Amino acid sequence: MNSGQLAVGVIAAYLVLLLAIGVLSNRFFRGTAADYFVASRGIGPFVLLMSVFGTTMTSFAIIGSSAEAFTAGIGVYGKMVSWSGIFHSVCFFLIGVRLWAFGKRYGYQTQIQFFRDRFDSDKLGLLLFPALVGLVVPYLLMGVIGAATAIESITVGAFPALFEATKGGIPFWLAGAVVCLVTLTYVFFGGVRGAAWANTFQTLVFVVLGIVTFAVIADRLGGPVAATRQVAELNPAHLKLGATEADEQVFRQRMAEFEAGTSKIKPRHPHEIPPAVFFTYIFIPFSVAMFPHLFQHWLTARSGKSFGLVVVAHPLLMMLTWLPCVLIGVWATAALMPDGSPVIPAKLDNANAVLPMMVNKLAPTVIGGLLVAGVLAAIMSSLDSQFICLGSIFTNDIVNHYIEKDRLSDRNVLLLGRMFTVIVAVVTYLLALLTRQASVFRLGVWCFTGFASLAPLVFAALYWKRVTKAGAYACVLTAWGVGAALFIWAYATTELKGDQEFLVWGVMPVAINVAAATLAMIVVSLLTRPPPRETLDKFFAPAK
Amino acid sequence: MKYVIYALLLLLIVLHQDFWNWHRYEPLIFGFIPVGLAHHVGISLAAAVVGGLAVKYCWPAGVDVADSARAANTPERKGRA
Repeated sequence: MNSGQLAVGVIAAYLVLLLAIGVLSNRFFRGTAADYFVASRGIGPFVLLMSVFGTTMTSFAIIGSSAEAFTAGIGVYGKMVSWSGIFHSVCFFLIGVRLWAFGKRYGYQTQIQFFRDRFDSDKLGLLLFPALVGLVVPYLLMGVIGAATAIESITVGAFPALFEATKGGIPFWLAGAVVCLVTLTYVFFGGVRGAAWANTFQTLVFVVLGIVTFAVIADRLGGPVAATRQVAELNPAHLKLGATEADEQVFRQRMAEFEAGTSKIKPRHPHEIPPAVFFTYIFIPFSVAMFPHLFQHWLTARSGKSFGLVVVAHPLLMMLTWLPCVLIGVWATAALMPDGSPVIPAKLDNANAVLPMMVNKLAPTVIGGLLVAGVLAAIMSSLDSQFICLGSIFTNDIVNHYIEKDRLSDRNVLLLGRMFTVIVAVVTYLLALLTRQASVFRLGVWCFTGFASLAPLVFAALYWKRVTKAGAYACVLTAWGVGAALFIWAYATTELKGDQEFLVWGVMPVAINVAAATLAMIVVSLLTRPPPRETLDKFFAPAK
Repeated sequence: MKYVIYALLLLLIVLHQDFWNWHRYEPLIFGFIPVGLAHHVGISLAAAVVGGLAVKYCWPAGVDVADSARAANTPERKGRA
């Protein structure tokens, strides 16, 4: 058995284990929608933490972080992790706890139910439905692209006669299909409880295996000190936020050596992060306030106090997950094999493959297979929750909301929800085949930009009595309109590839979109009639 | 205490910008973590501490009411499966 076949064996065993968890959790299924979609609101603090964290971390955190660190250096940690460490917890505390309490009090199972009630508007749900589904798709896309890329890279050599084009590796199209199919299956068996259990297992797997990966790769590179020293000599700008003239000189010198054939590693061009760009990443973490799949997990909490552990431990778990990936991505810029050849080839088409390549070439075969299981764990723990939430919002906000209660049997309602989920999964899979070269990191930032632009709506709904129905419409429509225009502009300019970050007036597009949506909501709310007293009493009067 | 938490959040935002390490990577913490990266790891740790203070001293009162009523049936909306 060669190393590729061993990796296939480990991955297959892992996927079978996930299916078993789904089947096992099905034995606890009580047969009600509340149990399928919110686990009868009975999840304790530890499983809540694991499922919320596992859901938030996807291939963006594993594949995207290492790819971006390889491309642009350590700045990715500050852009994403330390901002998120602060503001994810702020959102869990200010938004999650309150929404959980309203969900408990009024029986909400989806975000749209809350917004319909809060703004006394049925049609607002029809506006939010495509917005939320449309934003979950790129999130799913990141997962499928990341998982399929990782499997294709790590299984090279497994079946050379069968898959010549990928040097024997399981091809992207097959790996993506299998990952989608397995996730859909265990989700359909176990509902949100199955997803929460699987997420707990998978979060433990990817945090532990991430640290193991780090230790193994560091050891193969001569230890962490030697690995960082190698980067300092070849690509010093990758170890800081801003490049200097001295870094440019080092780059020119190293490039001359590479072109003369005296050095085997091609240096990376020094990358400068403008302070305004670094700062405006502050808006990205507010996206969690509007993730529908996260809302679903919030509602599963047995008690409001369960959120305490999430608020405290989430930044620590993020740090434990991202730090090894960022360091491995930076080390990859200067990593050499024992024979002196570069680990990452000079001509690399797709930076998403950096981490799988480091694992494939540097880790022992069995550990390599386990590490890919860890990568899959991070990805599938998000995919499962997103599939569940798609079924939930379609079932609750469209089918149950618009079709009279007795016209469809319970079984048919669930079947419709599952069919909708399968359709979205197929669309996502086809999009993944078309956009496999897109940077997972860039794709993620755009997806989070969309969700963050809707965050002013949920903050206002919970904390600003004066926000009106018309203000809510203005917020969503502006977020959609401005976001779509910026995305099309960015896609036409960069195709979401390459080293260049798309900026508007020198700042991240998310800053423009959040500002526009907030302004539209405030101005329109102040120009329109305040909400009725009974609505305000329902959401702002002290709870009895 | 609420205002202390706000002040700490503001401090974290200011510290995040990290101008002082922008153009240097040394000292390498533990010999391998660039100082700018270590600074941001410190912010992650500090965020957990501030979160802990918020949970301990600023917990929203209405949530406890929802908690105390959790034995009662939550009115699930159109609960069908």
